[in-house]
Amino acid sequence: MPKITYINHEGETTEIDLPIGHSLVEGAVQNDIEGIVAECGGSCMCATCHCYVDEAFLDKLPEMEEEEDEMLEDAASERKSNSRLGCQIRMTEDLEGLIVRLPETQV
Amino acid sequence: MSKRVVIAGAGQAAIQAATTLRSEGFEGEILMVADELDLPYQKPPLSKGFLMDKLQEKNLLFKTEKFFEEKNVQLALGEKVTEIFQVNKAIKTNKGNVYDYDSLIIATGTRNRILNILGSELEGIHYLRSLEDAKSLKQKLATSKKLVVIGGGFIGLEIAAAAKEKGLEVTVLEVQDRLMARVLPPIISDIFEAKHRDKGVDIQLQKSATAFIGENNHVTGVQLDDESIISADLVVVGIGVVPNDDFAASGGIKCSNGIEVDDFTRTNVEDIYAIGDVACHYNDFMQSTLRLESVQNAMDQGKISALHILGKEEAYYLVPWFWTHQFELKLQMAGCNQGYDEYFTRGSIEEEKFSIFYIKDEKLIGVDSINRASDHMAARKLIQAGVTPTEEQIEDLDFKLKTLID
Repeated sequence: MPKITYINHEGETTEIDLPIGHSLVEGAVQNDIEGIVAECGGSCMCATCHCYVDEAFLDKLPEMEEEEDEMLEDAASERKSNSRLGCQIRMTEDLEGLIVRLPETQV
Repeated sequence: MSKRVVIAGAGQAAIQAATTLRSEGFEGEILMVADELDLPYQKPPLSKGFLMDKLQEKNLLFKTEKFFEEKNVQLALGEKVTEIFQVNKAIKTNKGNVYDYDSLIIATGTRNRILNILGSELEGIHYLRSLEDAKSLKQKLATSKKLVVIGGGFIGLEIAAAAKEKGLEVTVLEVQDRLMARVLPPIISDIFEAKHRDKGVDIQLQKSATAFIGENNHVTGVQLDDESIISADLVVVGIGVVPNDDFAASGGIKCSNGIEVDDFTRTNVEDIYAIGDVACHYNDFMQSTLRLESVQNAMDQGKISALHILGKEEAYYLVPWFWTHQFELKLQMAGCNQGYDEYFTRGSIEEEKFSIFYIKDEKLIGVDSINRASDHMAARKLIQAGVTPTEEQIEDLDFKLKTLID
């Protein structure tokens, strides 16, 4: 099963197995990783699952839809070139070893 | 200090209470007692992504099995609380088990209101509440041709949209003169009605079902109050819910429309809390005493109950918010959208990307956003802070509303 590493704002690192097809939000919430809030349960409606994706994986991610792009503009923490919403990224074989950093605040 | 917290229920509010207890350092026992056998899962996607095959069962779980082990949250699944002994501080379940508690959190939610009319025992008449319900409905949607939905509320319309997208012929019956009338103002109802009609859903307003017609014990149609009959090989009833508070009321807990709670989610009985859909509270933002059937209320009351048990008093004063998703319309509601004096529109109604800002006594009381999630996020902050943007600021898409808060 592919692995993914979450690094929170304090630098705390958690590696989990994330089944193919599961979103980064599901992985974080189901495994009680702090730093992802996902108030809307992962429906691209709240921008509280903001992640900074490790640069090496950026071109392996699904393309960003307009909706996600707009939500990121209003995220609570600074938007960077590697900002994505965790609910819009689902695990694939290509994303094995994915590393995401979590922002200081989501709300 | 509480040593053993028993939580009746395993929905959004219950899970939040358990999670907050642990994240805030509670070291005592936590037991969740719930009547369903499935590991705790999210309900909102059942009428949306799950029916549309976008999400699988495993995607709905709140937590993995490992979480419950590691956090030492015990689960008593398939058990329903039937009695509360407030003097002895214990509950009894339908399996005859008795569990002691120091603190009890009631998060038993609601159950569907049943439509008891002639023929209601026929096969092919469905309700949607649990994962089991959703699984059987999904199977039926795959083989049925003609769906009649009784009730034009959120659930009914979300199912109607899912069914239409799966290629079924769909009719929606609504008693009121517009859709989702209990929770939405006419301007938003009308937009949803137009969308459903545009997609080919047959919307019939001010109509109610008087009987189900059947053959070979399976439903074949719905008879209306005007005597006409609409044929159907599948019926879904979504006519509202009733709170699961019977055992609480008979146990001496004050109930009216649900279990009455204060700002700290306390009931009238010491050490007994009620949270989520089953709890009835006075809400400052809605200016009324009500039960909020929403993820927001479940999560926030869950947190507040857990904090109170740990001696941290945080009063419930948070803007209510909800959402629904039907066809291309993602509606997000913040605050109160009733009793307003006037409203202003931000964005384009024609392009289905806009928000309506409701003003009462010159104060912003609520915002409904369609496909404008960023407005919704800003609106929650504005209403919470009591900040009212001007008409010009609302209507100017280049003006960043959140700058009024930062």
